[in-house]
Amino acid sequence: MNFLRLAKRDDLPRKKEWIIRIAAVLLSLVFAGLILLIFGLHPLEIFRTIIEGAVGSEMRIKQTVIKAVPLIITSLGILVAFRMKFWNIGGEGQIMMGAFAASYVALFLPEMPKALTLLAMAVAAMIGGGIWAFIPAIFKAKMGTNETIFTLMMNYVAIKFVTYLQYQAWMDPAAKGFPKIAPFPDRALLPNVFGVHAGWIIAILCVGFVYFFMNYTKKGYEIAVVGESVETARYAGMNINRIIIISMIISGGLCGLAGMIQSAAVEKTLSVGISGGYGFTAIITAWLGRLNAIVVFFVCIIFAMLIQGGAYIQIALNVPSAVADVVQGIILFFVIGSEFFLQYKVLPGQRLQRSRKEAA
Amino acid sequence: MKKVLAILLTLALVFSFAACGGTEEEPAAEPALKVGFIYIGVINDGGFTQAHHEGTKAMEEHFAGQVETAYIEGVDDTDIQASKDAALNLIDQGCNVIVGTSYGFMDALDELANSGEYDDTVFLHFSGNKSNETNFENYFGAIEDARYLSGMIAGSMTETNLLGYVAAYPYTEVNIGINAFTLGAQSVNPDVQVKVVYINSWYDPETERAAGDELVAAGCDIIAQHCDTTGPQLAAAEGGAFSIGYNYPNNVAPEAFLTAPIWHHDVYLIDRVQKIMDGTFVPENYYGSMAEGYVDLAPMTDLVPAEVQDMVNAKKEEIVAGTFKPFSGYIEYNDGTVMCEEGQTMTVAEIWQITGLVKGAK
Repeated sequence: MNFLRLAKRDDLPRKKEWIIRIAAVLLSLVFAGLILLIFGLHPLEIFRTIIEGAVGSEMRIKQTVIKAVPLIITSLGILVAFRMKFWNIGGEGQIMMGAFAASYVALFLPEMPKALTLLAMAVAAMIGGGIWAFIPAIFKAKMGTNETIFTLMMNYVAIKFVTYLQYQAWMDPAAKGFPKIAPFPDRALLPNVFGVHAGWIIAILCVGFVYFFMNYTKKGYEIAVVGESVETARYAGMNINRIIIISMIISGGLCGLAGMIQSAAVEKTLSVGISGGYGFTAIITAWLGRLNAIVVFFVCIIFAMLIQGGAYIQIALNVPSAVADVVQGIILFFVIGSEFFLQYKVLPGQRLQRSRKEAA
Repeated sequence: MKKVLAILLTLALVFSFAACGGTEEEPAAEPALKVGFIYIGVINDGGFTQAHHEGTKAMEEHFAGQVETAYIEGVDDTDIQASKDAALNLIDQGCNVIVGTSYGFMDALDELANSGEYDDTVFLHFSGNKSNETNFENYFGAIEDARYLSGMIAGSMTETNLLGYVAAYPYTEVNIGINAFTLGAQSVNPDVQVKVVYINSWYDPETERAAGDELVAAGCDIIAQHCDTTGPQLAAAEGGAFSIGYNYPNNVAPEAFLTAPIWHHDVYLIDRVQKIMDGTFVPENYYGSMAEGYVDLAPMTDLVPAEVQDMVNAKKEEIVAGTFKPFSGYIEYNDGTVMCEEGQTMTVAEIWQITGLVKGAK
């Protein structure tokens, strides 16, 4: 039963590409709307309220920015690895280990001035996240292990490690048996700039850095070449193992930095929930942003709006939290699904048979 | 391709007209106060959050239009960012009073209350130990009294002399409850043992259920709980054991359910909301009692023998009258150290210094 067949596309015009994308977004809205109607809700009201909830007041804009910051930095980290076709699924773990290293500096190193503390935390976090990404990278480079599985597994190791710290080794005795880690001292907290923690400045700097690095440096070029074709890179005399390792350290380092920001500005301590799923969401945003730092930046802002707006409709319209998740899920399904149609075309299956008959 | 796009756009348009056709409701008179609640579970979890939400609804009803409420459900209380977001989103929607109902929300509310940015907002927090002198109050209640009574029932009815207890965290509040339950059981049956499983979560339906199954398999014939859902109750029913619920008299397994220590949150909420409206509110850290009706033992089902019911009701009267307190007389920790001296009655402050479990519980 061959109703349909697929063919790889290689020469899709730009204009058509965008038509497919817009169609995907519209379709997702129509479908999400239908489901909302089934729930007895007004789709337009819901959509309008999501946007209103994301940017409708100063506080909401701040909340959106706070969610965009870790998403942007993590997505940039993922982007660097993905450009090389190194599938780094370990963002969660790298965020956690970055946050862990930053927390060690904040809680256990001797007292330092605020600026020095924060700098040391940031450096430690990048090293922490970097090491967590270096481990699968060196195994891939030396032994050819599968990085998707390896980085994914490293997440669970990191989660269990932080759980151990929170429930045992670093448990705050002042919490009377409740498993939590002591809050950071003031000198380890990121200051606010224009009402939002300074992480947003770091995020913008990171966008500039990654854009420049990927497009205007030799290393960035090499990463792209390895991603396109390992054979070409080898033929050109590049040291592939070194490139894999360097790009993964940058990738993990950026994720680690996101962990430092979350611990020093949002959670104000270390906890198992610190990565907040950003390591996984960043895979989607990096991909949707076509692995381009500038586009990724905007995609992340839109995602942050969806997250914040989703939280808002729950209260404003008294809808169950699941409804917001359903809307987000449908939009994702269509938008990511459209990527498939950008790469393949679907043709009716009969034509294939007919052409076979003709050939016979 | 353009045709498809045109069809889609038309669909979207038609759709929007259909959507606009709904009735617009005009809000009634402006309420004086808007109270926002942060819930860890969903409002129909059959236990903890449902008990809170019943209180919320009763309070709203009591003030008939003067008070509006809003809530966010399913907020992970181990996620500090999510907790803070929930509070901020509620404030953003015009709430002047924020009520946190799970231990983990405390630090987020503490931070906001003391930040200086929300001095006009009143923060009320259920459980835990933090508060301030202007806009952050802590509230809780002597649920240990109700747990003691439920322990008496369990101690009287057990045949294996082994009681199961599904507990959240090895945290003081939880340990107080286990101890009260154990003391109640021992008061009628000195040989009884309580087996405790900590699940390290307040709200986790699957794990709660699994812990209940584990205790039944270990030979416990009555399962009590300090966690949010009906999971342990269902486990008890399936394993042929009895169950003592918690939070809310939600009898989902009539063949097993005996009773439950319960909360009447409206008792507290109505009083505080009235004071906030009158402008006479000052944080004083509330610890509600059975006499005030804030904590209680749910009506016992017919599974509890009449003579046991009479005994428990008599003890309840003593507690309400203030002539009996569970933490009094000689009590020993299970490591042999002394918790309470002969002739001593522990104060609330002393009870909240309890670190471990009493002899007979582990």
